Amino acid sequence: MKHHLILKVITKFMVGVIILFGLYVQFHGDYSPGGGFQAGVIIAAAFILYGIVMGLETVQKVVPIWIAQKGAAIGVLLYALTGVFSVVFGYEFLNYAAISPEHPKHGQHYGIIIVELGVGITVSFVMIAIYYSFADRTPRLDDNEW
Amino acid sequence: MASEIKQTVLHLSDHLPILQVVVPMLIAPIIVIFNNRLIAWLLSFFGTIICLIISVALMWATADGSVLTYFLGGWVPPVGIEYRIDAANSILLFLISVISVIVMFFSSNALISEVPKEKHTLFYACFLLCLTGLLGVVATADIFNVFVFLEISSLSTYVLVAQGSYVDRRALSASFNYLIMGTIGATFFVIGIGFIYMATGSLNMMDISERALELGNNRTIQAGFAFIIVGMGLKLAMVPLHIWLPNAYSFAPTVVTCFLAATATKVALYVLIRFVFSVFNYQYGFVSEIFLFLLMPLGIIAMIVGSVIAIFKQNLKKLLAYSSLAQIGYMVLGLSLLSEKGLSASLVHMVNHGFTKAALFMALGAFIINTKNPYLSSIKGLGKAMPLTSAAFVVGGLSLIGVPGTAGFISKWLLIEAVLEAGYWVVAVAILVSSLFAVIYIWKIVEVLYFNEKPENHGELSFYLVSPIWILALFCIFLGLNTGLTVDIANMAAEILF
Repeated sequence: MKHHLILKVITKFMVGVIILFGLYVQFHGDYSPGGGFQAGVIIAAAFILYGIVMGLETVQKVVPIWIAQKGAAIGVLLYALTGVFSVVFGYEFLNYAAISPEHPKHGQHYGIIIVELGVGITVSFVMIAIYYSFADRTPRLDDNEW
Repeated sequence: MASEIKQTVLHLSDHLPILQVVVPMLIAPIIVIFNNRLIAWLLSFFGTIICLIISVALMWATADGSVLTYFLGGWVPPVGIEYRIDAANSILLFLISVISVIVMFFSSNALISEVPKEKHTLFYACFLLCLTGLLGVVATADIFNVFVFLEISSLSTYVLVAQGSYVDRRALSASFNYLIMGTIGATFFVIGIGFIYMATGSLNMMDISERALELGNNRTIQAGFAFIIVGMGLKLAMVPLHIWLPNAYSFAPTVVTCFLAATATKVALYVLIRFVFSVFNYQYGFVSEIFLFLLMPLGIIAMIVGSVIAIFKQNLKKLLAYSSLAQIGYMVLGLSLLSEKGLSASLVHMVNHGFTKAALFMALGAFIINTKNPYLSSIKGLGKAMPLTSAAFVVGGLSLIGVPGTAGFISKWLLIEAVLEAGYWVVAVAILVSSLFAVIYIWKIVEVLYFNEKPENHGELSFYLVSPIWILALFCIFLGLNTGLTVDIANMAAEILF
């Protein structure tokens, strides 16, 4: 897509804004509409847009396939370990009160943020991985063949 | 609020119901992060052994009829998710854990012949997720949680079945077929859950059964029940809904086939049992009519038709898959009697058939490692070339037929007893006829195995491949001689559910 200059410039501008909005949705998810899943999809959308406009090789320099794979695993692990943390300190699995025993309400707050972060990481990397596996399937078209 | 519950410090033993499910779930992402084949296998094996230890502890704790409950996140039931372990699900947790340990041990050497090395890490991660899903379905007492875990296990199963494509590309279409059918099943199931939630406003099994009693004869709940029967019928391959099963079983890698044949359909049947006895009131005319006029004929058809088709199959994996259909027929039949004896026979047969079919598929997998194809003609004379594996296959076959002294005998005996108690003479005859068909198709294999010249280029496999097969075969004999483990617990479970 050498000649789509406008698309490229707008994309470069928009990617940052989309990621910023994704982070907003992520960290305000506990009080306003949104949360890990939505934020993950939004952030992944930024990478997918970049990949569509700049080409698969370029976006894979930013997020290689192995990062997408391991990132997805790390998100799940973050969620599960939050639960195990509670178990280790003698609370029920995923009882966030364990994070701040003196103020269980604060613990609930922190817990939901950590867990949603795990969800966000996993969802965004899984979305990117799905995009990669679909985009990789056909041989890439040369610019002159459009 | 969670903080309003009086917080008591919990000990490790209190956490067993959740650890049973969380341990494999925790190990799966760790494997992906390390991305090393040896570490992946070691961690998976270690994880399944921990699962086994936990399940034995749970069975120990619930054998006397007591019930363990666990509130996730400290939220008390109708609001929060509850895990509930009693005799009925502890025996299934045990079955799933034992099979997973043995299959994991077998896979250390068997997987390499079917799946390329670089895929092994992700394979084990998928396997553990599948295990998590199956254990979760059984452990939970929250119907939406059942759906979530069912999907975790199903989605990873589709991937695992598709791994057979390195040997035979048809695994891909088999997996896709399974995906479509399984997803339709899951959709019906979740629609059913939606109806129940609409009528009762609750997702907790115990809570629903109380509220449903107050509602009486409610159309919404009946519609929900119908949807759940169809959805679970798809997942457990009840006869008209079974078309995905023979292909999925025959094209999946042996390791996967072993694991699925022994656990996946049983778990779906368990969900059906749970819904009938713990969620719905089975004494309603509606439920008992469905069971008598729908499930019982379907069970009998499965028994006869599955066995007859198996007789004519030349592909041995398909033969065993159709025989699985027939065995599922026995379990559905036991359940459809809606009597304590029938239910207990059904539960015992789940466990016994799990071990039997796992032994058969594993022995067959060992033959295939040598012969490279699953057709009857290629195993000629292997009884002499691979005496240990073949002997284990025969033990499994005898157990499948139901010869006294093997596990299959116990469960068929209990089933016939239950059928006769209900007064259905014809059905008892059908069970015997189906067993005779099993004699035919097992004999067909044994004849080819033993009454042919010894082939020259095949020899017995290594210890690591033969010993798990024999462990399963010995389980078949042990469960046929010592019924304390299965029958007593199943009777206790039937008592609790009724």
